[in-house]
Amino acid sequence: MATSGDMSHWDWNIGKKVIADLHQWRKSFEWLEEPYVSPDGETIAAVVRTKDGMFSVCVNGDLWETRSDKIWSLRFSPDNRPAAFVSNQGLWTIAVGGRPWLNTYEFVWDLHFGEGGGPVIVAAVNKGRYVAVSDGVPWSQGYSFMTGLVVSDDGGHSAAVVQSAAFNPGDIFAFQKGCYTVAVDGRPWDRSFVNVWEMSFNPDGTRLAAEVRTTLYDYTIAVDGRPWDRSFSSVWQPKFNPADGSVTAPVKVKGGWTLARDGEVFWDQRFCQLLHHYHSPDGSAVAAIVAPEFARWSVAVNGLLWPKTFNHLITDLTFSPDGKHVACAARKDGRWTIAVDGLCWDLAFDMAWTPVFSPDSCHVAAKVEKAGRFFILVDGRPLKLEFAGAWNPVFSPDGCKLMIRGIGGSEKELSYCRYVFDMSGLPV
Amino acid sequence: MTHRPEQPYEIISDIGVEKGAEKLTPERIREVIRRYLEEEGGARLRVYADTCVHCGLCSDACHFFLSNDREPRFSPAGKVKQALLPILRKKGDVSADFIKRATEIAFTECNLCRRCVMYCPFGIDVAYLMLFVRRLSHKLGVVPQYIQDTAHSHAATMNQMWVREDEWIDTLHWQEEEAREEIPNLRIPLEKEGAEIFYSVIGPEPKFRAQLIYQAAVIMNVAGQDWTMPATPGWDNSDMCMYTGDEEMVARLKKKHFETAMRLKTKRIVMGECGHAFRSVHDVGNRFLGWKMAPVPVTHAIEFYSELFQSRKLRVKRKYDIPVTLHDPCNVVRGGGLHELARYVIHETCSRFVEMHPNREHNYCCGAGGGVINCGPPYTHKRVVGSRVKAEQLAEAAAKGARVVIAPCHNCHGGLEDIIKHYGLDLEVKFLGDIVYASIDKEG
Repeated sequence: MATSGDMSHWDWNIGKKVIADLHQWRKSFEWLEEPYVSPDGETIAAVVRTKDGMFSVCVNGDLWETRSDKIWSLRFSPDNRPAAFVSNQGLWTIAVGGRPWLNTYEFVWDLHFGEGGGPVIVAAVNKGRYVAVSDGVPWSQGYSFMTGLVVSDDGGHSAAVVQSAAFNPGDIFAFQKGCYTVAVDGRPWDRSFVNVWEMSFNPDGTRLAAEVRTTLYDYTIAVDGRPWDRSFSSVWQPKFNPADGSVTAPVKVKGGWTLARDGEVFWDQRFCQLLHHYHSPDGSAVAAIVAPEFARWSVAVNGLLWPKTFNHLITDLTFSPDGKHVACAARKDGRWTIAVDGLCWDLAFDMAWTPVFSPDSCHVAAKVEKAGRFFILVDGRPLKLEFAGAWNPVFSPDGCKLMIRGIGGSEKELSYCRYVFDMSGLPV
Repeated sequence: MTHRPEQPYEIISDIGVEKGAEKLTPERIREVIRRYLEEEGGARLRVYADTCVHCGLCSDACHFFLSNDREPRFSPAGKVKQALLPILRKKGDVSADFIKRATEIAFTECNLCRRCVMYCPFGIDVAYLMLFVRRLSHKLGVVPQYIQDTAHSHAATMNQMWVREDEWIDTLHWQEEEAREEIPNLRIPLEKEGAEIFYSVIGPEPKFRAQLIYQAAVIMNVAGQDWTMPATPGWDNSDMCMYTGDEEMVARLKKKHFETAMRLKTKRIVMGECGHAFRSVHDVGNRFLGWKMAPVPVTHAIEFYSELFQSRKLRVKRKYDIPVTLHDPCNVVRGGGLHELARYVIHETCSRFVEMHPNREHNYCCGAGGGVINCGPPYTHKRVVGSRVKAEQLAEAAAKGARVVIAPCHNCHGGLEDIIKHYGLDLEVKFLGDIVYASIDKEG
């Protein structure tokens, strides 16, 4: 996921800004879709239908100049530009900040952003040829099939699973010879596989690792097109260690799931399941969502289990910037909470989002929802704010302030507001 | 693909089985079978295999047996005796010809419907035993061509119909536009994070039955539901790999599906009218991944319609007045207990209901389930012949006045349509959603 880059120039003055009166928007437009908010909280936007029956995007109350037959996938870039797929007369492109790209396609989808002010990348198809397009520039080579587009952190590189050999419908034996590979910036790997699935770029985008199947039964990880020497009965998404460049992946071996590194089993422990793993920013630690036994879920950090287990689900695992703490969203007995370093916050909700660490790793904040109302938790305590809609809280770069983005008020006075609080003066 | 009559049974030529078996050697057969017997042939397999006393009480539960003039080789115990017991007794020392025949039995002569489980004094799950044979067939590379091709589609696209990423989204846009002709402000919300409901369908809906997406969108909009559909792979809840024995792919497909719901932060998955997909998300795939139940709660369409009528979010404007009967799909009724909810929805929406006999958990399979219809045209004749008892059951309902048979399952549709055509029955097959859509007040 792309990060927001330099946030220091954002307005971190303490106080509340009323950005938009959404009740007024509702009165102005018969068609108003769910709104999206910029990372800096200064802008709110939504797809609307205008009186002429066309679609546009309303940004802080102002409409994009261009009108479209259809608009979808409105999102903000990390540097606060609204972008959406737009269609006119059956042709599609993307509009960024209200300005459509010059090139049009039969279809565009799968919107990605580079971090900071990096490029905008999409998947596109024209005349049966599939490509990725970065800031309007398509791959030089197209493919008959493409899926699973990924981009590097800075957006400078893109890759997707592509079909490398044709096969007739129903030709199961041709399929099993291996007809898929990865195209990186449009250029295919020189080796094909039966299947390629989840992929990951290394931090600077110069290497790519992917889950592959070399036969119907042999799963392994391919790095820059070269599979590990050892195969497994199954694997999940590989990741690069940001410090040493090694590649790690969950693998299934006799006795259960464990973590492998560069083709060799890395952890001694075996689990009923090991779904996702994450490296700390400095690469010194690795944490994973695991099932130590059937129907019990927990987190293993460097192979060591949290004592706490959950009977339903763990998601949204995240490391603190210093790599010393791990937080996640967890569901137990049907209710969601946040867990940090194996300790649960003593609150239960209908849904919880990815916990956010402060830059100094001392605080954790999270967005949660109960009965259709949204709340912000900080270090296990709910703020005395309640919203009809909210976005993830954002810490200031120095960690001293917290920005809250939420839609508050009654049905008749729905307003989107941006709040900045000093961490020592949170409304708890 | 040709049919070669031969005693004591007809051998059906299938390139997936024939060519796969050509690559086998006795050593490979033995090595693969012994490995998987050791790794996966645990207590459940042993207990079932050792406990069966061949009493034959399962026979009368099986539509293949009943439809084939009580031919013993079609009885559940008979199929186990032919396809599995020699493997166990000889510890894998079986021939390639044996594997071919065992594959055909396990894939095309058992619908994995589990009706026989209810009639076995010991509760032996013959479907599990047939799935174990399929697992071995998969590992030996001997699988009927058509269903293997479907498994390949799952692996390449994460859906069973080779639907590309853009085709999926474009189909949703198309159905949204079509439905706006009827309900001007209708929307199919894509990628709406935090929606209450992720509505999931199976591959054939965007490919062949897009009107079902239209109807679902109308129902969602009329009922005021907060819902979304993903614009990424993971939208398809179906799972033919569950029936080819490719359990690793089952886990991969379900992981993608559930994690799509998690990514969208939806509270639950509401799924369209599919039986095998329900089995996959509710019973099989979730457990392969380590979850006891689905990690994101799953609601089948039958339950969902029922919920909408009970809460008065849907109201009937005019009841459907053509007499209907109900086919209880195995996976949502024997496997999910949704039979009374289905009848509740029918009573809400239809003025004349003819009960089929036997019914509820005792209903006969449509003959298509368990991936049998997905094994394709080479086996169609055998399938419909093996469903004669189902045809008689349908004919009896028709004789009592039924003109429409409601089947809340995609594969049941295919199976029942083939039976109706083959036996010349005067019945039309509909989904429950067809009836709900036709009867509700869309301005309500």
